Amino acid sequence: MIAALTVLLVYQLVGEVVVVALRLPVPGPVVGMALLFVTLIARGGVAEDLRQTATGLLRHLSLLFVPAGVGVMAHLSRLTHEWLPITISLVLSTLATVAVTAIVMRALLARRPPGQ
Amino acid sequence: MAEPLAEIWVYLSATPLLFLTLTLLVYQGAYWIYRRAGFHPLLNPVALSIVMLVALLRWTGTPYDTYFGGAQFVHFLLGPATVALAVPLHAQLGKLKHALWPICAALLAGAVTALVSAVGVAWALGASDLTLLSIAPKSVTTPIAMGIVERLGGLPSLTAVLVVSTGIIGAVGGKYVLDALRITDHGVRGFALGTAAHGIGTARAFQESEEAGAFSGLAMGLCGLVTAVLFPLGVWLVRALS
Repeated sequence: MIAALTVLLVYQLVGEVVVVALRLPVPGPVVGMALLFVTLIARGGVAEDLRQTATGLLRHLSLLFVPAGVGVMAHLSRLTHEWLPITISLVLSTLATVAVTAIVMRALLARRPPGQ
Repeated sequence: MAEPLAEIWVYLSATPLLFLTLTLLVYQGAYWIYRRAGFHPLLNPVALSIVMLVALLRWTGTPYDTYFGGAQFVHFLLGPATVALAVPLHAQLGKLKHALWPICAALLAGAVTALVSAVGVAWALGASDLTLLSIAPKSVTTPIAMGIVERLGGLPSLTAVLVVSTGIIGAVGGKYVLDALRITDHGVRGFALGTAAHGIGTARAFQESEEAGAFSGLAMGLCGLVTAVLFPLGVWLVRALS
């Protein structure tokens, strides 16, 4: 688990360095994910240790959003002032995005022959 | 609170231990409720945890910064968790290659829909400029969205809240939208959830299946990339035109 965690942190660190060095508009962890993905393809597999740690972290991915979400208390005045546009915008836009993405992807998948 | 208890509280709240432990305890409690309710989407564990923690902090008069001093250790794990998404992604490599073109098109359509509709609706309903700027990248995972907004002069912490709210809305309502559209393919379901509702949608997608989760994680990463490029361009365009 420690070895796997080290791998994840090293890729994140490399990602951060790449972002700063190349002035990319993307956060470091996303670049780290891309680099790890490429590495896994090149290696042709995932070490069992890494697979277990990654699965464990991702199983409770939603926990990791709790601290940022509690930040709602620091913005209560703006949120109560503008709650109507914010709420309607978030709900409509999010559900529309789910629908549009799914419809476009299904339509395009249906146009190609099935099978791998 | 009773006097000695208050003293202990004051002592403990000065260390990260208390709020780190409370965050984990509250989340476990919320998850237990969620599981007991048969993973009902309305009892989303993130939403439950936030409500309980905010209530607790307000009751004890604890400022958010004090809380975050402890909770930042959980927050930090978002980075390695984002990197870890490469693992389930790699497991879906075959399906991914097969669906490359539909994925790219769906991603672009979804990312543009998310940006334009969020800003458009909020603007039409009279939201302030600062809110508009902070709400635009709401479908992108927290670290990316905060980074983008910070660079453009919005409020990163407000964005974090809006991003988490979006995730909860997507995780709660996404299932009903997908069911209504009769989307049965787990890859498509996951991809739509990840595009609209980033990591919280992905967490929800993993509960449907491993495949849905992997596609959701892919969508979350790609949507972050696309928005990180599209959004600053859009802001530049709007500012140049007005």
